[in-house]
Amino acid sequence: MHELSVTESILELALENARKADASKVTSINLVIGQLSSIVDDSIQFYWDTISEDTICQGAKLSFDRIPAVLKCQDCQKEFTIDQELTACPNCGSYRSLIIHGEEFYLDSIEIEKDQEEIK
Amino acid sequence: MSAIRVPVVEKILSANDRVAGENRDLLDKNRVFSINIMASPGAGKTSFILQTIKQLQNDLRIGVIEGDTAPVTIDSDKVIKAGMPAVQINTGGDCHLEANMLSDGIKQLPLEDIDVMIVENVGNLICPAAWYLGTHINLLVASVPEGDDKPYKYPNIYRGLNVMIINKTDLMPYVEYNMEYFRQGVEMLNPGLVTFPLSCRTGEGVDAWVDWLKAQVKQYRQGK
Repeated sequence: MHELSVTESILELALENARKADASKVTSINLVIGQLSSIVDDSIQFYWDTISEDTICQGAKLSFDRIPAVLKCQDCQKEFTIDQELTACPNCGSYRSLIIHGEEFYLDSIEIEKDQEEIK
Repeated sequence: MSAIRVPVVEKILSANDRVAGENRDLLDKNRVFSINIMASPGAGKTSFILQTIKQLQNDLRIGVIEGDTAPVTIDSDKVIKAGMPAVQINTGGDCHLEANMLSDGIKQLPLEDIDVMIVENVGNLICPAAWYLGTHINLLVASVPEGDDKPYKYPNIYRGLNVMIINKTDLMPYVEYNMEYFRQGVEMLNPGLVTFPLSCRTGEGVDAWVDWLKAQVKQYRQGK
């Protein structure tokens, strides 16, 4: 799908935060992505390697924290996880459910290095 | 040298969402009710827009933003021919519209002269769902010949909808399409979604949609 635009957004966000923190290098990018966001990790990694070149993010490790989808049945109020979309409530069979988790899509943190002060 | 962890906790598409918010402010300032139309290619988005314009030409002024992946003006030409202002946006191959592209388009529309802005997103059932544009409602044009299994295969797009059209109902006798199966899938993803089955070709069912839209615009203006 649109992993290139998404990867560009990740890079912009990482660079902006790295600048604010006076980083000389970004070593890790920690992403939180819900099961229901249709994002393919491998594609992001592929684009990342290309677009982060010649920035302080070059070579940073991307880590994906995948959040499982949790739905809440609106009829029996039970919460349940799903392996695939459009699953009925395992408790009462209802299809009326709300998404509690699984749509997360954010940059949680970055790990950076700073140039060491020359004070010895 | 040890790594320092810097917390960010910001939505990846937050930059897009910010621009979308600006789009919304600009539209509200001009009291323009706006609709983001999504669909697969060939579902009949442009025909649907032209039908809507035809039905409402004496009631409302409608401006249209046409998103396409190639530098063509096929769709915007049709809208202009129908007597309404239109702007064509070329995404340069991108599979969806983003808020900043829309922002450029909005500024080219005569906002003070229109009541409703319709955005025709790029034909695609996956990507447009992820990018908030700032419009007041999201609408999907589903169509009979594309099949009744779409909610099961492309669930994300149905979740964010405010209203859905099922176009090309005149083709029901000729294709295998189980309306009940389709609607059941949508119901699981978006319970109670307002839905209008219609045919842009014959005009059947268009009235109900147009009445609904008129009521939405009226309600929007009263709220301002």
